[in-house]
Amino acid sequence: MTDIETSVSITVDGKAVEAKPGELVIDAAERNGVYIPRFCYHHRMEPVGMCRMCLVEVDTGRGPALQPSCMLTVAPDMVVETESPVAKKAQDGILEFLLINHPLDCPVCDKGGECPLQDHTLAFGPGESRFVEEKRHYEKPISISDNVYLDRERCILCDRCTRFAKDVAGDTLIHFQDRGNGTQVNTFPDHPFASYFSGNTVQICPVGALTAKPYRFKARPWDLDVVESTCTSCSVGCRIVVDASRNEVLRYVGVDSDPVNWSWLCDKGRFGFESVGAESRLSAPLAKDTTGTLAETRWSDALNAAARAIKTGLDRSGPAGTAVIGGSRLTNESQYAWAKLAKGVIGTDSVDAQLGDGLPAAAIAALPQATIDEACVAGGTLLVIGSDPKDDLPVLFLRIRDAVTRHKATVIELAPVPTSLTELAAHSVRTVPGAVNETVAQIIAGDGDLSAVRDQLASGPFTVLLGRGSVAESPDAVVAAASALLEAFPDVRFLSGLRRGNVHGAIDFGLAPGLLPGRVGLDDGTDWFGRFWSTVPTQTGLDTAGILAAAADGKIDTLILLGADPLGDFPDRELAARGIAGARTVIAVDTLPNASVLAADIVLPAAGFTEVDGTTTNIEGRLSVVNQKVTAPGTARPDWMIAAELAFRLGADLQLTSVDDIWDEISEISVLHQGVTVAQLAAETDGIVVRPVGPTVEPIAGEPLGEELVIADSEADGSTAETVADPEAQDHAVAADAADDVAEAEGHEASAVEAEAAAVEVGPTTVAFPGVTYEAPAVDAYSLRLVTYRKLFDLGTLVQASPSLASIAAGTGIAANPADLDRLGVGPDDQVKISSSRGSLTATITPDATVPVGTVAMAVGQGDPSPTVLIDATSVVTEIRVETIA
Amino acid sequence: MAVTDAPKIITTRFDQADGHTLDGYLATGGYEGLKAALAKKPAAVIEEVKSASLLGRGGAGFPAGVKWGFCPPGVFPRYLVVNGDESEPGTYKDRLLMEKDPHQLIEGVLIACYAVGCSQAFLYVRGEMAFAQERIAQALNDAYAAGYVGKNILGSDFSVDIVLHWGAGAYIVGEETALIESLEGNRGMPRLKPPFFPAAKGLYLQPTIVNNVETLANLPWIIKNGGAAFAALGAENSKGMRMFAVSGHVKNPGVYEVEFGVTTFRDLLYAPVYGGGIRGGKELKAFIPGGASAPWLYPEHLDTPLEAGVIGKMGTMLGSGAIVVFDEDTDMVKACLRLVRFFARESCGKCTPCREGTSWLEKILERILDGHGRPEDLDLLLDVCDNISVGMNWPPKQTTICPLGQSATTPVASAIMRFQDEFEAYLGGPAEITVEVKGPAFVGPYVQEAASVD
Repeated sequence: MTDIETSVSITVDGKAVEAKPGELVIDAAERNGVYIPRFCYHHRMEPVGMCRMCLVEVDTGRGPALQPSCMLTVAPDMVVETESPVAKKAQDGILEFLLINHPLDCPVCDKGGECPLQDHTLAFGPGESRFVEEKRHYEKPISISDNVYLDRERCILCDRCTRFAKDVAGDTLIHFQDRGNGTQVNTFPDHPFASYFSGNTVQICPVGALTAKPYRFKARPWDLDVVESTCTSCSVGCRIVVDASRNEVLRYVGVDSDPVNWSWLCDKGRFGFESVGAESRLSAPLAKDTTGTLAETRWSDALNAAARAIKTGLDRSGPAGTAVIGGSRLTNESQYAWAKLAKGVIGTDSVDAQLGDGLPAAAIAALPQATIDEACVAGGTLLVIGSDPKDDLPVLFLRIRDAVTRHKATVIELAPVPTSLTELAAHSVRTVPGAVNETVAQIIAGDGDLSAVRDQLASGPFTVLLGRGSVAESPDAVVAAASALLEAFPDVRFLSGLRRGNVHGAIDFGLAPGLLPGRVGLDDGTDWFGRFWSTVPTQTGLDTAGILAAAADGKIDTLILLGADPLGDFPDRELAARGIAGARTVIAVDTLPNASVLAADIVLPAAGFTEVDGTTTNIEGRLSVVNQKVTAPGTARPDWMIAAELAFRLGADLQLTSVDDIWDEISEISVLHQGVTVAQLAAETDGIVVRPVGPTVEPIAGEPLGEELVIADSEADGSTAETVADPEAQDHAVAADAADDVAEAEGHEASAVEAEAAAVEVGPTTVAFPGVTYEAPAVDAYSLRLVTYRKLFDLGTLVQASPSLASIAAGTGIAANPADLDRLGVGPDDQVKISSSRGSLTATITPDATVPVGTVAMAVGQGDPSPTVLIDATSVVTEIRVETIA
Repeated sequence: MAVTDAPKIITTRFDQADGHTLDGYLATGGYEGLKAALAKKPAAVIEEVKSASLLGRGGAGFPAGVKWGFCPPGVFPRYLVVNGDESEPGTYKDRLLMEKDPHQLIEGVLIACYAVGCSQAFLYVRGEMAFAQERIAQALNDAYAAGYVGKNILGSDFSVDIVLHWGAGAYIVGEETALIESLEGNRGMPRLKPPFFPAAKGLYLQPTIVNNVETLANLPWIIKNGGAAFAALGAENSKGMRMFAVSGHVKNPGVYEVEFGVTTFRDLLYAPVYGGGIRGGKELKAFIPGGASAPWLYPEHLDTPLEAGVIGKMGTMLGSGAIVVFDEDTDMVKACLRLVRFFARESCGKCTPCREGTSWLEKILERILDGHGRPEDLDLLLDVCDNISVGMNWPPKQTTICPLGQSATTPVASAIMRFQDEFEAYLGGPAEITVEVKGPAFVGPYVQEAASVD
């Protein structure tokens, strides 16, 4: 970029170069087309100057001297020679040193073909070695974690993996050991490299010392067929490259997307590729035969049966008799198609992509949004409510950790039990389960010890990471807390902590009760959507808990599960079981079998991630492209096609014939996505952030209402921040991030003008933040309050379909404060009966002083004993009793 | 120049049986320097030390008073760290100072703390020196009990805590930034420069003065007797008395405190009160003037005075004051291997040239000694050296982070340039050397008015 005002003039290889103040020589040279070889330097980590490969001759007026260019910041009139005889001899010498103990087993090394050591040796190194002695020997390879092998013979001790573990991930589990020529990277005995982020070390290893077990010996890089895509394992939206060979996905590699993942991935995302090719994938439609068992059938029979069930339901109970649960797995386009089918054809509003473990869609849709960059801004403040990002949104955790450890950001955490952010937080406040709104009220009032928190929040604009921590309590407390913060600090911004893959797409495209595509409420959208759809629901439908309750009461004729497993995931297990059993017909559209799919009457196999084209929406509202790389198994087909087929059999025509076609319709109908074109989506590898139309206010004279397309380049001058800094603005803001060059920026402006010119029709406005009245119930001194938490690796369908991840699940754990256990006379090994109004279970409880008195903490998604037998979806909090079993 | 009769300054209690005890120390003028210092302003103490022109005795020879002045003004806390990690082969002067006169060191620490404005000092003692640790621990306990260390020392408002810290056995920790890393609980690996001096950012990123044991041990005498009295001893650029550890093939190996800059190598190696001549009446073949990393000197250099500036211009150094003597029977190839092996084993492994290069040098030398040498090996050895220390220049130009890697190249270059024939005897034939060695240590005798080499 040339738009920096001040620059430092230096000379690199005789060429005048304008460097940024404070820039490292190695970066300044690279930006200007001179690549200086390096191994230890990685621009996302602090330089250490260890490998010495980047030595160049630098003259700052005192004569030329060899300097590591990764450690040297530019200074005026600096003269850098990267190819002088002295520099070349030094680089040559370093490569020879690195190679003397390197085994040169490239023919059997996974890295061969994409190996920096190989490439640098070819480009910069000596042709042959003068080393005739015995090389270093180690046992090769050793397993250092569930998914990573370490070959110490290949290691060149660059400190990238160890630095990543210590500085980036904070999991200091691999270290340098011994010294001198015997220096090696290793784990300590019995302390494996059990990091959620271990796969990144494989990606950044400049040699083949660290290899990933799931990819080992699977392919040579030159045989891989690659396409860029976006990971949908959670909702962070990490950019990845999908590597496949012979129609089989073999690995994902992180792409350095500056606003999002900085090239990092979590292991769940990285190694979750195995679920694509899982043996158990659904590859043909199934239907219950006369004996009640699922048997393979033909698509036409299955679709006809499904349509018949829906039609029968419509005849019997009207649109309200059909309900849809799920949809977070789908692409934006498929979500739109399903929303159109459910709301625009069938006419039901009982559609919910969340499984009672999220937050009300309208709240998430209406809160003023922040980007990850804004949430992690240097020196900024992040208030975390109801989220443990390390387990929910792992790469967001890395970004937060970076902001705190390297850029003086402040984290304030409100959580009922300690989380992974506790040690990073300046203030970690324990909240009473179900009463986080009370803590927020105390903070706003500046009560006692919390005045320091209030002062920190009041010291400048801050961001709230808002999630649903415990599913043992209603989300109302979190919404009430957000509402109070919004009132007390008008310029506060929110980053959603909802974690399911494309849950934000589901909210934006109408897979939520009360919402139509574009975050438009039913009332506001009826007229607008009536022009495009054959029908629009008039009454707000049920959420997942409501749907299941209605189904249990026999009020649901057809329940469609769109990639959802209520039996496994819904917090209230009993209600889920009664709901699934009570629905007359259950239709499951899914990629893999799970308990709910196996309980369905009709199963339609869907094409999953890497098998479909489209877009996805992340926690920021960032649209980014997902791409197809392999074909779906058997006759599985994209979700939107299934929706279109069902609509056809219901006598309607969705008029959607391709993914691009769907997007064109979206950009026409969805006020949130107006003007965003397929071409723009394809061009913006960092994605496009969408921002809602604000609440309706009187238009300022001369300015069009709700139609102005604002394109901002957040990297250039922070104008995105300006755009979103004013939630009252009636602009329809589409912030396109990271336009890296002027030409691209000009392209945006052109399209903005076009959009403005073409915009004749005024669409509805997006929803306003729903008011909430909530009062936390008083603490019952005779009970303990249940808190649940999630772990990254659980018994979820995708994790369990990935053999490399299936066994990492943390396992169940129940913990309570030792004082409570003493009071109840419960020892660590005692079997106890834990009971709630809903049910009971038998287990042991671990004493844990970090769990506050009056609270019992339990993991969800880890199998039995599971808190889901205790949780009543209709209760605001879950009060439990603990009794020893005599 | 012959042996001078200048009075000893810091080894006066070496022969005193109770010199290490508080009573024995107080009986011989102990803690008088501290009292004198506390009577002055800190700035005046610094001036006194500056006027003494006391050069650091750790190896680099940086003026102590000047180093103290590098602390950025107004930044506190500041720390004083005593580098007692004496590990250079042949160096054992600090160990004796710590074992035989621990209170003198403690007094020096207190004076330095008072001058610099530190209220916390760390005494980092090499892990293997169990006896020195014991003596210092006892001395610290006694000094605390007697009110010389701790709160309100001698009734003044000056308070210092001194912490004794044991090293874990790594030569590299003698490098001051690696020592700081080790003290912080990290691996003993050198820090990257800049910052060039820990005085700017050192221990816990606070201003930190790292001083050698012998340097600090001089302070009580300097304060008691005045900087001028100290500066009156010695030569132009090398003031005062200095300890040299003589080892190897001499009759009387030991530590000698001699007048700095005036005494010659011949005095030190041959005078009966010092080295007493070569063992068994043999001829001198070569000697290392300042620790294992210093380029070697030869019989023609014997009349050179032990003067830092003169030795530096010749292309070597007095370093840590360790003089190692080789007699005529010494196998210089084996001697070279011995030194290279030390550095290879002590390399911390952080940067490539030192980690890989030093052990490669060791392997080549072992191969030569095993009879598998090739004519091209001498050139190979020198080229490997060149890739660690460009041109084998003096002062060195290194591709490494710290000077350890370069230290391993000096014995190789010294041995090959002077004793090529001994290598060729192992190789079984003549070897041609094409690598250019620029270091000037390997040529020319000492001349009275040494011309500037650079």
